[in-house]
Amino acid sequence: MLLTHLSLINFKNCTDISIELNSSVNCFLGNNGEGKTNVLDAIYYLSNTKSYFNSIDSQNIKFGEPFFVAQGKFSINEETTNVYCGVKKGAKKQFKFNKKSYLKLAEHIGKFPVVIITPYDSNLILEGSETRRKFLDRLISQFNKPYLENLIAYNKLLNQRNATLKQMAESQRFNADLLAVIDMQLIEKGNFVHQERKQFLNEFIPIFNHFYKDISNQNEKVTLTYTSTLNDNSFEQLLNDNIAKDRVVTYTTKGIHKDDLEFKIMDDYSLKKFASQGQQKSFLIALKLAQFEYIKKKKGFSPILLLDDIFDKLDESRVNYILQMIAHKKLGQTFITDTSLNKVTNILSKLKVNFKSFEIKQGGATLITEDNQEL
Amino acid sequence: MDFKSKLLNNAVEEMSSLPGIGKRTALRLVLHLLNQSKEEVNQFANSFKLLRENIVFCKICYNISDTEICHICQNKNRDHSIICVVQDIRDILAIESTQQFKGYYHVLGGIISPMDGIGPDDLNIDELILRSKDEKVKEIILALSATMEGDTTNFYLFRKLSESNVKTSVIARGIGIGNELEYTDEITLGRSIIHRSLFESSLSK
Repeated sequence: MLLTHLSLINFKNCTDISIELNSSVNCFLGNNGEGKTNVLDAIYYLSNTKSYFNSIDSQNIKFGEPFFVAQGKFSINEETTNVYCGVKKGAKKQFKFNKKSYLKLAEHIGKFPVVIITPYDSNLILEGSETRRKFLDRLISQFNKPYLENLIAYNKLLNQRNATLKQMAESQRFNADLLAVIDMQLIEKGNFVHQERKQFLNEFIPIFNHFYKDISNQNEKVTLTYTSTLNDNSFEQLLNDNIAKDRVVTYTTKGIHKDDLEFKIMDDYSLKKFASQGQQKSFLIALKLAQFEYIKKKKGFSPILLLDDIFDKLDESRVNYILQMIAHKKLGQTFITDTSLNKVTNILSKLKVNFKSFEIKQGGATLITEDNQEL
Repeated sequence: MDFKSKLLNNAVEEMSSLPGIGKRTALRLVLHLLNQSKEEVNQFANSFKLLRENIVFCKICYNISDTEICHICQNKNRDHSIICVVQDIRDILAIESTQQFKGYYHVLGGIISPMDGIGPDDLNIDELILRSKDEKVKEIILALSATMEGDTTNFYLFRKLSESNVKTSVIARGIGIGNELEYTDEITLGRSIIHRSLFESSLSK
């Protein structure tokens, strides 16, 4: 899959950008605050119908302007598609696929997958389990509609159950029948989600392990595990065993809404507390590359890869690893941002990778070099 | 909106308290009423007052009624062996217009939705259980919305009704008549496949 053309008007601080893109690597270079990351975010936006960094649409409009427009030409197997997005203050977001609006934006997500690697990924390690569940849910639901439906139903039932527990505590009247009826439905949805998560991770973890081994040169051992209270006990058993506790705290203490992905180093040490910065970064890159590989496997083509500022934050050997992958054509179309005007391009030239580089300055883009080795 | 008239302000305020009516529509309606004669407006207002003061819930099925027992429950020609459980009077109107149901109704007055603070105790469930114990009643049809709240209520009623000696059935869910298969959502279609019925039984008798 390729993005062949991108044009932006008033998207964040990108005033007016219209660029033809290289099918292999595109570099956006320039100083901080000029809008490099915003270009990447625009690509993410066109894929996911929302910004990676700020989900409030009106805040993605350039200050003082009334609207933004982002347009991209995607092509899959020579078939070109125009994706248009316009957001105007006070109006509904327009999202069009070949000039046709969607009934539901959710239909668009997954059509043109992108994987983004940014310094913000560290939230996956640092923040609570919700961030990791979101990562998991997004990835699975792209390819598994019943999963998403069951998950939504589960969350709704969970809210009903918690509301019931609260009301019973307030009115001091326990209705076992009502709870049993909600539990029965909750168990069905919960078991489905649990099974699908387990199955997904059975497929995903080996891919991850492979990438981590490669990136870290086998120096350290890390583990990615799926933890769920449902792994060892049946959901029904858990709900029954904890009903007394649930009634006291008036919410549901066990279930797949408490699942987590555990990141560990050297078998038993938490990555968050005991791993070095570099190890954490390697871990995240392996995680994202595994995401890339998984999508590629499921879709049958490479997603677009967005690399935000990683050259600043990573040591040389890890950067080289990724660039080697690009050079060996293991990755698809890639977009890179960097502050140095020639660091990345020098390496790419040496690796004989063809690329285009743009200087991003004050919200505009100018072509610096077009290096086409194959011609 | 401030009209410098307390009377007008009040009227618009009251009107816009109705569901689906915003301030502008409320103003239009109020001005319309102002254009009419006093008698006409009195009659209009009175009809609501009378409605609120005189309407009662049927003692048997909890349908809205002018009399103690509603006209459906009064009708002796209907089938005593079937009771159809619905959420409110709108559903009775919908089912009545199909002319396919000849039994009696039972109005729950809502569906179980703890999120909205509606529990089983707020609904006419005990009354239904009582009715189901009548010897004459053979079947209870659950005709509630196909939502999660509807499902929860169905399960709950089923549990409660299991003590009584009646058959509990639920209205069929599937593809709407005249709809194309390919445009049917996956969940409905999936359920239609699982709960497929014998072709013979689909032939009208």
